[in-house]
Amino acid sequence: MAVTVKIPPQLRAAAGGQGSESVEGATVGEVLGALYDRHGELRERVADDDGALRRFVNVYLDGEDVRFLQGLDTAVSDGAELQILPAVAGG
Amino acid sequence: MAATSLQCKECKTPYALEARYVCERCFGPLEVVYDHERVDDVAEARRRIQGGPQNIWRYADFLPLEQPPASARRASSLSGLPAGCTPLIRADRLAERLGLGELWIKNDAANPTHSFKDRVVSVAVARARELGYEVIACASTGNLANSVAAHGAALGLESYVFIPADLEEQKVLATGVYGTHVVAVRSNYDGVNRLCTELSGERDWAFVNVNMRPYYAEGSKTLAYEVAEQLGWETPDRCVVPIASGSLFTKIARGFDEWRELGLVSGDGPTMNGAQATGCSPVAQAFAAGSDVCRPVKPDTIAKSLAIGNPADGPYAVELARRSGGGVDAVTDDEIRAGIRLLAETTGIFTETAGGVTTATLAKLAARGDIGRDERVVAFITGEGLKTLDAVRDTFTTHEIDPSYDAFEAEFAGARA
Repeated sequence: MAVTVKIPPQLRAAAGGQGSESVEGATVGEVLGALYDRHGELRERVADDDGALRRFVNVYLDGEDVRFLQGLDTAVSDGAELQILPAVAGG
Repeated sequence: MAATSLQCKECKTPYALEARYVCERCFGPLEVVYDHERVDDVAEARRRIQGGPQNIWRYADFLPLEQPPASARRASSLSGLPAGCTPLIRADRLAERLGLGELWIKNDAANPTHSFKDRVVSVAVARARELGYEVIACASTGNLANSVAAHGAALGLESYVFIPADLEEQKVLATGVYGTHVVAVRSNYDGVNRLCTELSGERDWAFVNVNMRPYYAEGSKTLAYEVAEQLGWETPDRCVVPIASGSLFTKIARGFDEWRELGLVSGDGPTMNGAQATGCSPVAQAFAAGSDVCRPVKPDTIAKSLAIGNPADGPYAVELARRSGGGVDAVTDDEIRAGIRLLAETTGIFTETAGGVTTATLAKLAARGDIGRDERVVAFITGEGLKTLDAVRDTFTTHEIDPSYDAFEAEFAGARA
């Protein structure tokens, strides 16, 4: 499954300056894992030591917060869009 | 200015005082750090504040601005809207109804656009201008939209306000009238916020509650400063505050703490009680579960100004409630309507649904016996009832009569002569 991952400005330096990447994977976790493999520095920015999403990181699959789905185990379909965003905005 | 830097609340990485809000290392929120001069002469420092303008700029020394807007003593639209210096009213009839001793209502509906948001927007926009921004924007549940649009109009700045498409009509009308760009997003607030977070990375705009959020949040401290000043330079024993993102709740406590540390105000840090609607209560749920993880929820409540399902400062709000010996409670939509009515009937203050949440939570704490009769309590009413009229529709009887004496007498037979 090829998925487009949108990378926020705060992480672009760690992603070779890219605003988005096309990555393969069957679940949200696999897609993020493949992204970390490509840009090692992203792993510690986005994930904690156990591989879970950090407290202030939001990940959306086609606009839906993955915490409302099955989190990192959520299946992704070909052509889906995964977006990483800071969680501290708003209010 | 006394502000020296921004700093990550989580990993303490410092950043310059720019338009940024998130730590690039750990994604934690940034906040303003100050290096205040020691206050040697408290009486003189208090006189200096009292001699300041009748708005939040009397507290400019405690805000992250190089040069507070020159509103000084006279209000000029070119320096923005004069927020703050709203009434603190002793609510004896409400206290009696609830069996409380000393109760005060901080009526922040008495701001230029009728909510506390004018405080935070004033600070965010003033800082945005210092940083050279020409367009201001926000993700809003309504009150913020009103305030950003009005500030843009006063200052001659272009503005964009993003709101959920199902917002109360009154709030939409009271935004568009200022000549802003109203963008109604077909989503709830969390979707609006996601869009604005993405846009803020691509546009060179000052989103007051995204990239300007550290400055914006500081504006809420002025509520604490004002209450302390109005109580004769003392802290209250307990505060009841509505929680949406958790920013207001945590910054009110911070305001009291700052002044206590500087010796400007006497008394302990207040017990902090947060108020949420049951239909959107991620912070109350985390508090009840003994956790600091606020699981996001899909809001379903009439209290739309508090309908943030994914609260940015949720973990800090839970921690503050616990540390201060307070709590976070949630009330149902029916309790919210009753809260609006209770406040109106006993104080003459007509608040919006968020104020209904606050009043209902106050009533719940009182009924539970959580509040001692010797406590000095302040309830923070953050918005105006005219913006959420649907909440009171059909809650009372109108007596329609013909224009005749007999008709009136027939309708009100038995009324006091």
